[in-house]
Amino acid sequence: MGFPHPSHERETPVLSKHFGNHEAIGLEGWRKQGGYQALQKALAMQPGEIVDIVKASGLRGRGGAGFPTGMKWSFMKPGDGKPHYLCCNADESEPGTFKDREIMRWTPHALVEGCAIGAYAIGAETAYIYIRGEFTEPLERMRTAVKEAYAAGILGPNAMGSGKRVDVHVHKGAGAYICGEETALMNSLEGRRGNPRIKPPFPAVAGLFGQPTTINNVETLVAVPHILMHGADWYKAMSLSSPKSTGSKLFSVCGNIARPGNYEVVMGFPFKDFLYDLCGGPPKGRTFKAVIPGGASVPIQTMEEAEATKMDYEGFVEQGTMLGSGGVIVIDDQQCMVKQIARLARFFAHESCAQCTQCREGTAWTTKIMERIRDGEGTAQDLDTLLSIADNMTGKTICVLSDSCAVPVVSGIKKFRGEFEALIKKTTYHPVMAAVA
Amino acid sequence: MATTVEPAKAVTQPKMINLTIEGRPVSVPEGMSILEAAKHAGVLIPHYCYHPGLPVAGVCRMCLVEVEKAPKLAPSCATTVAEGQVVHVHSAQSREARKGVLEMLLINHPLDCPICDQSGECELQDYTFQEGRQDSRYQEPKRFNPVEDFGGDVLYVPNRCILCTRCVRFMDDVAHDTVLNVSERGDRAVIGKFEGKDLTHPWAGNVVDLCPVGALLSKDFLNKARSWDVTRTASVCPGCSQGCSMTVETRDNMVVRLRPRPNDSVNEYFMCDYGRLNYRWMNRQDRIEAPMIRRDNALAATDWETAIPAAAQALKGKRVYVAASPNLSNEALFLLSRLVKLNGGAGGFAVETGPEAPLPGVEDLALRADRAANGKGAELLGFVRGDSSLAGMQNGDVLIVAQDELTLIRDGELARASAVIVIGAILPEIARHAMVVLPTANCTEEEGTFTNLRGRVQRFMQAKAAPGMARPTWWVLSDLLAALGEKTGYFLPSEAFGALAAAHPHFAGMTYDSLGMRGLPVIQHQLPGVGGTA
Repeated sequence: MGFPHPSHERETPVLSKHFGNHEAIGLEGWRKQGGYQALQKALAMQPGEIVDIVKASGLRGRGGAGFPTGMKWSFMKPGDGKPHYLCCNADESEPGTFKDREIMRWTPHALVEGCAIGAYAIGAETAYIYIRGEFTEPLERMRTAVKEAYAAGILGPNAMGSGKRVDVHVHKGAGAYICGEETALMNSLEGRRGNPRIKPPFPAVAGLFGQPTTINNVETLVAVPHILMHGADWYKAMSLSSPKSTGSKLFSVCGNIARPGNYEVVMGFPFKDFLYDLCGGPPKGRTFKAVIPGGASVPIQTMEEAEATKMDYEGFVEQGTMLGSGGVIVIDDQQCMVKQIARLARFFAHESCAQCTQCREGTAWTTKIMERIRDGEGTAQDLDTLLSIADNMTGKTICVLSDSCAVPVVSGIKKFRGEFEALIKKTTYHPVMAAVA
Repeated sequence: MATTVEPAKAVTQPKMINLTIEGRPVSVPEGMSILEAAKHAGVLIPHYCYHPGLPVAGVCRMCLVEVEKAPKLAPSCATTVAEGQVVHVHSAQSREARKGVLEMLLINHPLDCPICDQSGECELQDYTFQEGRQDSRYQEPKRFNPVEDFGGDVLYVPNRCILCTRCVRFMDDVAHDTVLNVSERGDRAVIGKFEGKDLTHPWAGNVVDLCPVGALLSKDFLNKARSWDVTRTASVCPGCSQGCSMTVETRDNMVVRLRPRPNDSVNEYFMCDYGRLNYRWMNRQDRIEAPMIRRDNALAATDWETAIPAAAQALKGKRVYVAASPNLSNEALFLLSRLVKLNGGAGGFAVETGPEAPLPGVEDLALRADRAANGKGAELLGFVRGDSSLAGMQNGDVLIVAQDELTLIRDGELARASAVIVIGAILPEIARHAMVVLPTANCTEEEGTFTNLRGRVQRFMQAKAAPGMARPTWWVLSDLLAALGEKTGYFLPSEAFGALAAAHPHFAGMTYDSLGMRGLPVIQHQLPGVGGTA
C-alpha cells in the first residue's frame, strides 16, 4: 500500500500488506496473519530444495544490484568445515529509500522469518541483521521480534521443534552510508572501521570474519517466505516482466509529488501510471521536471524518459538509468537542478570512507565546483572539469560510492546542461548575485 | 666441510605463471601480484599504498593497470597474476588514470616542496614530475589541518598526507601496537592517534621511512639536510647484535641520518629507533688525529713511521692481552687474533647490554640485548666474552686496548698490565698509561664486515673520511704485524678478509663479492646452534 496513504487498487501488496497494521507487529498478531508457516515448511525441506525454489522464482536482489538471489545462495558450500554466515543488509541509507524501514517497523517478524529461512537454506549457523544506526524505532521493533522468536522457540537450538539450530542476531550500525556496501558492512559488523574491502575475495569465499557469507537486502529476504508458501510460479506470474524481473517491488516515493510514500507494484508496471495515478502526480500547479528512480546513485531521468519506463530491472536500464533500491525522488519545475545535484554530491562527499584517492578527493572537489556554480560563481571551464573529474571517479575505486557521486553530475549535465549554463552565464536570477550587482 | 652457505629450506617448487607485462614475457610463482611480477619484468608500476613489508590495502589507486580482456583497470597490487595475462602499464588508459590520481592527490596538497624535508625523495614529487599534470584545475581553498606531534621521533603534517595508510598498517600489523588510525571520512580524513597513545614503540620510527610523502617526519632529522645534499652509503647498524642492514647518510662528512636498507635475511625493511638514532658518536670531534708515543712522561704526537716500530718494540717477545671492542670488524679482530697467536696471550671482550625489543610482525627481528655489532665475530675468532673487558688478562701482559673505552672493567684489573698500547678512535681514560697510541677510523670511516648473532657475515662500507692521520684498523694492525715480522701485505680490506677466510673454517670460501650487500651465514656445521633465518 502507498503507506501512509490507503492502498491503491493498482498496487499489489504482498510485502506491504500489513503496513499500518499494529496487530502484525507482535508475535501473536503475526501468527494470526499466517506468520512462520513458511519457516515451518522450510525446516521440513532440504536446504537445497529451498535454494532451487528461490532460483526458479527469479527473485533478484532488492538492494540495488539485482543479482539473482537463488544463484547467490548456491555459491555457499555447506559442510566445508567452516562457519557460514547470513547477513541481512538493513543499513538502508540510500537517499530517497525507506522501504526496509517500513518492513521492519510493521512486519519485523517477516524479516526474522526471512532470515531464518535464508540461513537454513544456505547452511549458515548464524544470521546477522545489520540495522542502520539512525533507525531507532525499527531497531527496537527488530530486537523485540527476535526476543519474542527466541522465547517462543522459533529461533534457537531447536527451531520450531525441528531439531535444527537457527540463530538470528540484531546489530546496530553507527550511522554511515558506506556501511550499506556489503564488505564495509562486514568490516563494521566485525568491529572495524566500515571500509569496503577489495574484491575478490567475494563474500561467498571470505566474508564476515573471513568465512563464507551471503548478504541479502531486507526486501529480498522478506519475499522468500511468500515464495515458499505460494510457489515460484505464483511469484513469476505476478510480474508483467517475467522471467527477467519477477515478483513485486516496493518503491519509496519522495520529493515534489502529491502523495509520497511506499508503494508496492509488480515488476513491469508502467512508471507513468505509477507517478501520475498511484502517487497523484505533481503538487498542484506544478509539473514534473525530472526523476531519480532508484536512490541517489542512479542516473537522473528526464520526464520523457521516465514516462516511457517499465518499472523493472531492464526497463529502467533501457531508459538510461537503473532500478537501484527503488527510491524514487521526484523533482518538479520549481527546483534548480544544479542545487539538487550539488546537494547529492555533498552527501557523497560527506559519506566517502576516504580510502580511495579518487573518491576521497573527487567527491569533495565535485561538491565544491557544484556549489560554486550553484552560487553563481561558475566558470565556462567548470562543466568540462566536472565531467573529467567524474570520468576519473568512475570504475577506478574499490566500491561504487565514487561512481555514484559522478552519476548525478554526469547525467545532470547531459540532460539539464541549460540550467548549468544559465547559472554560469548569470542569466538566471540569483539573490546573492543580485545583491552584489 | 659443507659448502652450502644459505640455510637449506624445504621449499616445494611453486607453480609458475607466464604473463606479459609491457611486452616483456615473465614467469613468476603463482599467487604473486601483478605489481611484484612487473618488478621481475623490470617495470616499475607507480604506487603509494603498496609496500612489500605490509598487508595490501589497494586504496591509493595509483597502480591501476590495463589487463587485456578485463572490463576495467585493475589495481596491480591487489590483482594476482594469471596465465597468459597481457598487462599494459604505460598505455594511454593507465597513464590517464594515474594522471587523474596525481591531480586529486595534489588538490589539497600545500605544494610546499621547498620547505619539505621529504623533497627530493618524495614519491608524490617524483611521479608528478614523471607523468602528472603541469597545472591544477583546482580553484577552491585547500583543506588545512595543523601539524601534530605523534610522540616518539615522529611529527605529522596532515596537509601533505595522501592517506595511503602505510603507517597505520605498520603499527597494526607489524609492530602490533595499535596507535594510529584513519579518523574522519571523506576529504576531512586524517591520520589520527588513539587517545592516550603515542608513537613510542621501539620500532615506531619506521613509519617515517614508510611514508611516501612528507607527512610523517623525523624530529631528529628535521631541517638537517636536503635529500640531494646527503651521500648515502651501504652499511650495517652497529647498535646491537641483530646487524640490521642500513644506509648511512652523511652531509659534509657528518652522519645526519641512519635508515634501514632492505635485507630479507635480517631486517626486511625495518630498523629500530635505538639503532636509528644512535649515530652521534660517529661524529665525535674529540678524536685522536695523530699517532702518539710516550716521551718525557707524556704522550707526544708523532708520525706512523715512528709509532708502528715503537709499538712493535714494546710487543716484541711479550705475552699480550687484547681488550677488544665487540664493535671491531671481523678483519680487525682476525689481525688481533694473529697478534695473540704470535706473541702468546689471550683476548677478551665485554658487551654492554640493554632490554630486548622485538618487532612482532617480522620473524627473528629484535633490538637485541647485546648492544654491539660483532660479539659473535669476536667469539668465532677466539676472543673470550667476559663481564669485564680485562677478565682474562694475566699479570705482566702487555695490554692492547683495541677501540675499547674500557667502561666495563673492575677496580684493580688495570694494575696487572705491564704496558699499555691503545689502538682506537677515541682516547680512553687508560691512555694516561699508554706507551703508544695508534689512531684508527671508526666503523663509518672504514670498510669491513660484522657477524651478527645468527652468524650472518655482512659488509659495511666507508661512509665518511677519518680525521687527521687516523687509518682503518685493519691497516694499522696489518702494519704492526709486519713490523713484528709477520707476512701481511694487505692493500685492501678485501685482502685482509681473504686472509681471514683462508685461515678460519667458519669463513671458508667467503669473499667480499660472494657476501654481496646482504651477507652470508657462517659455515653451518662448524657452529652448532647457529642457524635460523638470519
